[in-house]
Amino acid sequence: MIDVHNITKRYGHHTAIDRVTFSVAKGEVLAFLGPNGAGKTTTMRILTGFMPATEGTARVAGFDCTDQPLEVKRQIGYLPETPPVYQELTVTEYLTFVGQLRGMTGPNLTSALDQSIERLELGTVRHRLIGNLSRGYRQRVGLAQALLHDPPVLILDEPTVGLDPKQIIEIRELIKSLAGSHSVILSTHILPEATAVCQRVVIINKGRIVAEDTPEQLSARLRQSEKVSLTLKSCPVDCEAKLRAIPGVLHVLPGQGGGTFLIECELGRDLRDELARVAVTNQWGLLELRTVSMTLEDVFLQLTRHEDHSTETTEATVSLAATDSTDR
Amino acid sequence: MTPVQAIIAKELRVYFVSPIVYVVGAVFLLIFGLLSYLYVGFAGAQAIQLMQMQGGPAQINLNDLVFRNLFASMRIVLVIILPILTMRLFAEERKLRTFEFLLTSPLRVSDIVVGKFVSVFVIYLGLVGLTTLVPTVLMLFSDFDWNPIWTGYLGLVLLGALFLSVGLFASAVTENQIVAAFVSFGLLLTIWLIAGLGSLFGDTTAGHLISYLSYMEHYERLVRGLIDTSDLMYFGSGLVLMLFLTHRVVESTSWK
Repeated sequence: MIDVHNITKRYGHHTAIDRVTFSVAKGEVLAFLGPNGAGKTTTMRILTGFMPATEGTARVAGFDCTDQPLEVKRQIGYLPETPPVYQELTVTEYLTFVGQLRGMTGPNLTSALDQSIERLELGTVRHRLIGNLSRGYRQRVGLAQALLHDPPVLILDEPTVGLDPKQIIEIRELIKSLAGSHSVILSTHILPEATAVCQRVVIINKGRIVAEDTPEQLSARLRQSEKVSLTLKSCPVDCEAKLRAIPGVLHVLPGQGGGTFLIECELGRDLRDELARVAVTNQWGLLELRTVSMTLEDVFLQLTRHEDHSTETTEATVSLAATDSTDR
Repeated sequence: MTPVQAIIAKELRVYFVSPIVYVVGAVFLLIFGLLSYLYVGFAGAQAIQLMQMQGGPAQINLNDLVFRNLFASMRIVLVIILPILTMRLFAEERKLRTFEFLLTSPLRVSDIVVGKFVSVFVIYLGLVGLTTLVPTVLMLFSDFDWNPIWTGYLGLVLLGALFLSVGLFASAVTENQIVAAFVSFGLLLTIWLIAGLGSLFGDTTAGHLISYLSYMEHYERLVRGLIDTSDLMYFGSGLVLMLFLTHRVVESTSWK
């Protein structure tokens, strides 16, 4: 559905995105993850035909974004960073205007209007001026605008910004419900959001794609060791040494709170059984034992920090990775 | 409804919800009314003077004494007022980030430019239409020739259309409305002063060429009651040129 091949965008000497390549299948939800200024918005603007790429090709539904912008624009529902609303119009007037721009008329427009108002729960404010609405409502009006013509491709630039937690969950549900029938690209710097709604994550930093995979695979791929958290009721002085003596244990780090340890084990070995046995035999009072999976957050930090220091010596990278793991 | 019509409807709606049209309209009509009153007053004073000198009823020409002066004065009024009407057209879209939305909608850039121009032109036509009240009322009390008034109004409409297109262009180059108003104000005054530059060259080809570029002589001929194709061509081509330049500016902004 969306095919991006080696696109580069330069503003003078500044390279905003550098040889970005990725694709989105029909019905797939893809998250664009990256710190602010990583090039997420630039990539989206190229896809929506707002600006051309300096190099490379981007295609949406088979149409080239530079050569056939009108066809591309018809396929896309786009929510920019700032919801593009007119303060002097009411919600209904605004959405009617949006529909008319997209060539919708009569009963078609009316039913699409009612549907998107219902979907985003805008019923109570539909006759109010957008200028008098709160940030959350404006964001939802912006989303209603993107969904109005039921486009096959949705490009959402930080769709949950400005919403309250309940609304965030609702919007995520909405995006999830769009998967299957719509291809969605959403950008975010909120990591749980990517894990919650997306099948695939593209991590972008300083204009380059640093990783692309499912959220689970990404954390698995970057895991250097298995981690287990162990909480004991009583821990005599020698327990740390005894834990370290178990074959396969690499490090034992004291965790937060007394009696908690973070145990790093060799990759691919599950030592929970062994750890439990040792704890019980020594009568330490086993309270909790669980594996610690690497969150996307860790992956993200590791990838983006790694990228920052990639030009420096390998030694520096190694020591950085080491500090990384002690942080956890 | 075509996209152009949708844009016109939306622009008109925004104009009438915001106070701009009411303020600009009130000032425009107030000044037009005041100027009419003054020129009629002057004409009256002149008539009284003539009567005293001749000792009988005097014929005064309202076309010369009122309408020509009135239309001539309207030039400066338009130079000052129309930039205020056009300044928001593109600058506001940029400031509020709705510009990106417009450009990512399945529209041609020309739809946007034409739609915006037509909307503000419609408002201007409405304001000019309201001023016809002045000659209508004067008709009840005096006799005058309507032809130069019609051509004067034609001049007013054409001059306004040109000014609005210059204002539209100025609004497209910036996201600051004050800057947009000031740029169009500056452009309009500059084109005005080109007429003076032309007269410096006197009765030469260069002088005529330079003077032709200014709207002054074209408008003056219309106010005097002369319809010349070359004047109509001037306004028509000026309008098309400004809309074309606006088109280019809008199209290229996202390319940087």
